[in-house]
Amino acid sequence: MLYVVIAYLWISILLYLLLAGADFGAGILELFSSKKSKRVTRKLMYRIMGPIWEANHMWLIISIVILFVGFPEIYTTVSVYLHIPLVLMLMGIIARGTAFSFRNYDAVKDQMQIIYSRIFVYASVMTPLFLGIIAGSIVSGKINSGADSFAGAFITDWLNWFPLSVGLFTVFICGFLASVYLINESDTEPERIQFLARTKNMNIGAFVSGALVFAAAGAENIPISQWLFGNQVSSTAIVSALLSLALFWFLMYKRRYGLLRILAAFQVTMIFIAVTYSHFPDILLFRNGKSISLYEAGDNHTIKALGWALLIGSIFILPAVFYLIYSFTERKIYPVYHEQE
Amino acid sequence: MNDFLAARSQMALSLGFHIIFSCIGMVMPFFMAVSHFYWLKTQNIVYRNITKAWSKGVAIFFATGAVSGTVLSFELGLLWPEFMKHAGPIFGMPFSLEGTAFFIEAIALGFFLYGWDRFNRWFHWFTGLVVGISGLASGILVVSANSWMNDPSGFDYVNGQYLNIDPIKAMFNPGWYQEALHMSLAAFAATGFAVAGVHAMMILRRKNINFHTRAFKIAVIFAAIAAILQPFSGDKSARYVGQRQPAKLAAMEALYYTGNSVPLIIGGIPDNKNKKVNYAIEIPGLLSFMVNRDFHSTVKGLDRILPEDQPPVAITHYAFQVMVGLGMLMMLIAFIYLSGVIFQKKWRNSKWVLRLFVFAIPTGFIAVEAGWTLTEVGRQPWILQGIMRTSEAVTPMPGIIYTFYLFTAVYISLAFAVIFLLYRQIKMVGKIYDIPENINLQKN
Ligand code: HDD
Ligand code: HEM
Ligand code: HEM
Repeated sequence: MLYVVIAYLWISILLYLLLAGADFGAGILELFSSKKSKRVTRKLMYRIMGPIWEANHMWLIISIVILFVGFPEIYTTVSVYLHIPLVLMLMGIIARGTAFSFRNYDAVKDQMQIIYSRIFVYASVMTPLFLGIIAGSIVSGKINSGADSFAGAFITDWLNWFPLSVGLFTVFICGFLASVYLINESDTEPERIQFLARTKNMNIGAFVSGALVFAAAGAENIPISQWLFGNQVSSTAIVSALLSLALFWFLMYKRRYGLLRILAAFQVTMIFIAVTYSHFPDILLFRNGKSISLYEAGDNHTIKALGWALLIGSIFILPAVFYLIYSFTERKIYPVYHEQE
Repeated sequence: MNDFLAARSQMALSLGFHIIFSCIGMVMPFFMAVSHFYWLKTQNIVYRNITKAWSKGVAIFFATGAVSGTVLSFELGLLWPEFMKHAGPIFGMPFSLEGTAFFIEAIALGFFLYGWDRFNRWFHWFTGLVVGISGLASGILVVSANSWMNDPSGFDYVNGQYLNIDPIKAMFNPGWYQEALHMSLAAFAATGFAVAGVHAMMILRRKNINFHTRAFKIAVIFAAIAAILQPFSGDKSARYVGQRQPAKLAAMEALYYTGNSVPLIIGGIPDNKNKKVNYAIEIPGLLSFMVNRDFHSTVKGLDRILPEDQPPVAITHYAFQVMVGLGMLMMLIAFIYLSGVIFQKKWRNSKWVLRLFVFAIPTGFIAVEAGWTLTEVGRQPWILQGIMRTSEAVTPMPGIIYTFYLFTAVYISLAFAVIFLLYRQIKMVGKIYDIPENINLQKN
């Protein structure tokens, strides 16, 4: 059962990265677009993301619940040493979710819209940035359980170049996912070309920030090459990601949009496999060389019960989630009732 | 304020904030399901407008509830890591099922809010109902986690170790049923009174009377029934607290000395120094009766509880008084209204009855906050009754006071934003939904 629980944890985090990542990305795109294209992004975003954003964010809740029920050591250690970036990420989550809904549901559309939008776009950058920082710090081996100063225990664990560059990388990945996702949802060719251009920019951004991750790792003596190329699974995943990236650019050049979305998700999944596989099972590394392993899970009965709860829960959840996503992405012509607004 | 107090205040603030939104999120879907049902059955456009107007308001509350709930699931670890390390695996069961319930709720909400005129009408109606059912289920589950903190079970505590963990038994701990029942009724009463009151206010202002009268009627029925049942369920809770958490019972009744034929006291100012309560009204023997169903039985007072294990008396006592007082008031209003309905009296729609409901807008939510204060403060100094002290559970990180200020500022701004948005929604009802009923609208 432990493996079932670990698999659910892994899949939940991956789905959060892919689905909520595209969601954050839409906000990131809005930040980097001109006034006119902002309107297009926004229109598409409410049509596509509106119905599903809450469901997308549930993957985070599921991951957290799995962590604190199944792996309390990891959950509490992260909560103690990474308190500050976690709080900042929560601020991002609060600001983003509320601003998104307020903007849509405010009965009067006036100057307030500008304020909601501003909060929404900045929070859309901040949340994945800190998510990346947190993920980067967990694996970077800088968590200092023996520190004797405030800064040593609660700040230098995460305020380093490596976590920061992982955060930046995450932001670009999110923007990339969103722009790819929206290419196919656009109604007109000019819109599509616009999203294509942004896909290219975001992809280049991800590439550059990925290089930064390597540079930062080098400077901070983090053995990232060994993580990514030191075992067959990870290196195969990285090579597949690179190959599919080449195919991706080729298809973009040919304007064949159908496969792009799948390729983008594939690349992100491969990167995720590469990093997680090389760390398994020791996902939380301390400065003194110790680590917490996923095998040090909580109580056995609990893991069993949790595993069953997840299996049974997914019978209800998975079909419903996919039907939801399917219903709102498929571009049927609906007999729309026009409201008086 | 030290870090420990700051952590407790931050927890209380976040929960006190979240509970308002979760009550609304649990209950409004049922109100909407009723009006939606009337619309589908009668094709009276007013009901469709009510459903839509409510669902727009509710979307705002849902988003706020969802983000504040997300914050809570992190805060448990951010503020109480020592507690979560041991408690997580034991009381995690309701939380993991709750995760499923939230998920279903969020999915159904997507279908419901964005699915107008897109799906089969009854499928659409059903998704709205699912939102309510899964919301209520998640409320019940999370309260079962809380009742486990009040009355831990499902494990053996031996020499500081948590052994023989049985997460299912922990979930169905002896207190879960009372607490879940009481909380669910509270959610219906609080939300029902608030919604009914707002619509009553609009009727009094003679705005869109048809719209507001029908909305009022849906909300008030739920509110009245819940308010009448609530004191009975509260009595059950009190009896349970008397058996399992005598310290909390003694504090909420400010009972300093153990005795027989103990009176129930109403109001009063507890005087901790001299161990007595001033200016209280006493009803002889009633507390003995409430706890043991015997007017002459013994009730444990604070003198039987070690000083270091005693909860703060004054806060717990006042919280209990506020809750019970408002509960009685709400029950009275509910009786008045329901008897008007049953005997078909004209006065049930008169101005003074409507004014009564306007006056009662905040009562339910104040009672909810008071009830939670009683439950949580009355459990002190324990975070896990009898096993772990709150002070042992708190995070080692200093400077919690600053995150407390941060969260306070954020929640206050959010509260203002939500009120502002709601005000605008209500103001716009006239513009958006005030259509003469004889206009022939295309069927959906
Ligand atoms: C509309 C709200 C409301 C109303 C009218 C009442 N309550 Fe209540 N009460 C709550 C809302 C609430 C609550 C906020 O929902 C609590 C907090 C924890 C819980 O499960 O319910 C609660 C807790 C609570 C507890 C503590 C349970 C525990 O700690 O385990 C007791 C003893 C009572 N209530 C008793 C009563 C009595 C005797 C009432 C008589 C009128 C009453 N309540 C009305
Ligand atoms: C499942 C539900 C809940 C859980 C798991 C929970 C958990 C906690 C925890 C861990 C603390 C900190 C330790 C303590 O001071 O006891 C706390 C404190 C507190 N909680 Fe709850 N709580 C729940 C529901 C609520 C709700 C809905 C409220 C609503 C108002 C609430 C009000 C408070 C208050 C007022 C405190 C501070 C106690 C004090 O300062 O003495 N709790 N709760
Ligand atoms: C420690 C305590 C708590 C935690 C960790 C918690 C966690 C959460 C989370 C993560 C969500 C977001 C779900 C979504 O996105 O839809 C949520 C929403 C919700 N919570 Fe809580 N919660 C707590 C206390 C409570 C209590 C005491 C109740 C009710 C009695 C409650 C009832 C609800 C309901 C009904 C929702 C649905 C969303 C809404 O109505 O806005 N929660 N909670």
